[in-house]
Formats: sequence, structure tokens, C-alpha cells
Amino acid sequence: MEQKSLFAVISPIMVGPSSSHTAGAVRLGLMARNIYKNEFKKVKFVLYNSFATTGFGHGTDKGLLAGVLGYHVDDPAIKNIFDNVNIVNYSYEYQEDISRHPNSVDITFDDKMTISGDSVGAGEIRINSINGFSVNIDGTYDTLLLMYKDRPGMISAVSDIIQRQKVNIASLHCDRSSKGGTASMYLALDIPVGDEVVDKVRQTKDVFFVTNIRKLK
Amino acid sequence: MAILSFTELLEKCSRDNKTIYEIAQDEEAFLSGDSVDVIRLRVMEDLLAMKDAVKNGLSSKEKSISGWCGDDCVKLTAKFSEKPALFGKVFEKITTYALATAEENLRMGRIVACPTAGSCGIVPSVIIAVSEERKISESEQISGLLTAGLIGLIISNKVQLAGAVAGCQAECGVASAMASGALVQMLGGTCNEIINAAALSLKNILGLTCDPVCGLVEVPCIKRNAFLAIHAVTGAELALCGVESKIPIDEIVDTLKITGQLMSPLLKETSLGGLAKTKTALELEKKLHLAHKPI
Repeated sequence: MEQKSLFAVISPIMVGPSSSHTAGAVRLGLMARNIYKNEFKKVKFVLYNSFATTGFGHGTDKGLLAGVLGYHVDDPAIKNIFDNVNIVNYSYEYQEDISRHPNSVDITFDDKMTISGDSVGAGEIRINSINGFSVNIDGTYDTLLLMYKDRPGMISAVSDIIQRQKVNIASLHCDRSSKGGTASMYLALDIPVGDEVVDKVRQTKDVFFVTNIRKLK
Repeated sequence: MAILSFTELLEKCSRDNKTIYEIAQDEEAFLSGDSVDVIRLRVMEDLLAMKDAVKNGLSSKEKSISGWCGDDCVKLTAKFSEKPALFGKVFEKITTYALATAEENLRMGRIVACPTAGSCGIVPSVIIAVSEERKISESEQISGLLTAGLIGLIISNKVQLAGAVAGCQAECGVASAMASGALVQMLGGTCNEIINAAALSLKNILGLTCDPVCGLVEVPCIKRNAFLAIHAVTGAELALCGVESKIPIDEIVDTLKITGQLMSPLLKETSLGGLAKTKTALELEKKLHLAHKPI
């Protein structure tokens, strides 16, 4: 089991009122922003279960929006975020789905990318799917995420590029739609890699998407 | 080398001849690669933010979205300045500071989640109030907060600290156990006494549900912070007298987890049962004219 930091329990410094429903929401938004990376015109949030039933009272809606706009959990501006956003088109939907975590959300940018995650308590989060591919990103590591056409040799090709930079890989996970179909890989890294690594991975044959996801502060 | 149980922690204390806070800061330094001094500075930042939240809370009467809450700590300050509380100054300060912090939280003010935002008044009120009354140094307060942190961390390795997962026992209940441990540390207790204090506090709050009225972190959350801060003092005082929990703390933590699993989802932060479905709560809900009714 991975060791957790003490500061998971005696932090974060945040605006209230709920660590799971406010700070967790902000961090899910921030993480989704780190993954999507592009400027966006439109963002849709689908809130599930407890996020849907009690989210309004906990400022979950404000938190998610503030997060995708890059605000941090202790920013007093979150309280009045709706008064200050007029460029981005945002919307919310509310659903019940008992197969999902009690505090769960899907965030869709520009109808292009959907990022799903859970707020798992005390402000901690977990991103568990990106466009339907399962991942497990909790924001504690700098992470390299790529999508590619499934083929032999991809893991060694990518790990070779990273190893040449003398960056240690903390963990590596893969998922695929079918043999030879679309696959995803994400690597948790001890230190972040630079743009040149991202470019090299992008130039690797059969890779069609790669992004460098910074860990959360 | 994560410490997975309190048994393991106490063995480590006696084997390495270290206190709980020393183990906490060593483990965190090892995990992060930072020095112990850097870790203690980060804990000090948390402590200062806690003190700011108390200060801001004490001077504000701003009501919450619902308009129900936000001015209770002002009532306490006014009353206690004229007529002291039965249990004295420490009681006055703990209850007032706990309410001040929890009220700051409901205004979407800046607080420290400890372990969660809904339970943010418990650990700070105990540490700050007792330190002021007993002239406890900042360094010792940091050691107290580190002690609280490791207690919460070990519990959180077994059960997620979220009302939606295990009810309020996992939020205010765990906060109370953390505060008990911090208090015994600051008052010079032994490692065994610290863990015993946490055990006594946690054991006596098992089964606490999370049933916030209208889904707001207000009723019963705010006042519960004051109650469970005092609960933490009871745990600490008993432990310092040598009272021991018959059930070991690791088994209490397991029980908390199982109790959380047995608890109906209606009582786990969904506002579909308990206090949230009382006649008065339903009337309040109607009056609120909430902006939307999602499901």
C-alpha cells in the first residue's frame, strides 16, 4: 500500500464548507484542467449521488467551476465565482447511479473530453476515467498519460524515453479497448518530465495523444 | 514503511524510544524528502491558518446562505464576559473557538480541514484554547498537531474520513480522537496515554450519523464541533488519570469502519434521513426555496 502524507489529514487550508464536497470539488476541477490543458469555451458537469443531492449546500457547483478555471482550494473568490465568470459556458446535470462512488462527477470540455473522478474524503480525489479509459490518478504524482494504438513494444519504447532523462517511474498502468485497438497508458513519475520528453513520446509510432499532468499542490 | 496500526506505532515508540510526534515528523520527512524542520514549518502554517480562522470567526456575525447560523459564537463571547461558564475559562474558550471556526467554514471562509472541513473546529479549538490558558509554546502546539495528524492518518489508512462513506463518526468522531491525542501530548502525557485518550474518545462516538438538514454544513454540524471538542477533553483527562480503554484502539477503528458499512445510506451525507427528514427540517427546506432540486 502506498504511504499517505500526514498533510492529507491536517490540511488543506481551504474555503469551506466541506472538504469532500467543496475542496474535493475544486481539486477535481483543477485536475481535469491539468489533464485537458486547452483553453475551453464550454464545460459540462454531471454530478452523481451525494454530490448531486447535497452539492448545492456545500458549494460543490462553485468548487468544480472554480477548479476548471484554475482557482485553488483556499481562494476566497470561490464564494462568488458565479458573479465573475462570463466567458465560459457552464452547465450542470444531476444523476443517481449506485454503481458510482457517493461523491462522483463527469467533467466534459467542449464536447471533446470527458474526465470522471471521485472525491474520496478529506479533500482527496481520484480521477478514474478519461474518455472511457480507466486510470487511477490522485494528483500526488506528476503523471504522463498517453493514448495509442495497441501494439507490442509500446511500454518499452515509452519507458526508454523517460529513462534516458534519468526520471524514475513510480508506477505504470495500461488499459485497452481490445487487442490492437485503442489503448491508454499512464506513468506516475518521481519528478516531472519536460516538453522535450512529451514531444518525443508524441513522435513515437502509433501514439495519437499524450499529455503531461502536473501533480496538485 | 507506512504505519498501519496503533499497535505498530506503540511498538515503534518503545523500540526507538521516540514520542508519537517525533515518529510523525520523521515519517513525513522520509516520505516527502524534506527535512524535519521543513515539515514543522508546514505544520506551523496550518496552525497559523487555524488561529486566523478563529480570529475571523470571532469578529464576524455574517449569516450563512440559509440565514439560520453564523452568530452563535458571538452569543457565547457576550455571555461569558458577564457570567463565567461553570467549567471555567478553558471550557469557554474551547466552545467559543470551535463555533467561531465552524461558522467561518459555513460562510465559505478560509479554514483548515482537520481532518475534514465539517469537523474543522475541533482540533484547533482544543489546541489553541488550552495553549492560551496553560501558556504552551508554539513548538509544543506544533508537536500536538503532529500527534493529532498521525492519529488521523492511521485511522484514514483503514477508513475514508468522509461522512458519505462512514457517517459523522468518521469526521467529527475522528477529529475528537485526534484532539484528545494532541491535548495529552501538550500536557506531557506518555505515548500510551495519548493513544488511550484517542481510543476513549473514538469509542464513545461510534455510530454517529451524518444527516445535515437541507444538505447544508450547518445543522447539526456547527454546534457538534463545540460538543466534540469538549468530548476530546474528557477523553484526554480520563487517559491522563490512567483510565484505559478495554477495547484496543485498532479494534475500535475496525468497528468504526464496519459500523459505517452497516449504516444506512440515508444517514450518510445524503440528507435523506435522520434530522434532515424531521418535520422542522422539511419546513425549513420549503422556506429556503433552494435554487434547484436536482434529483
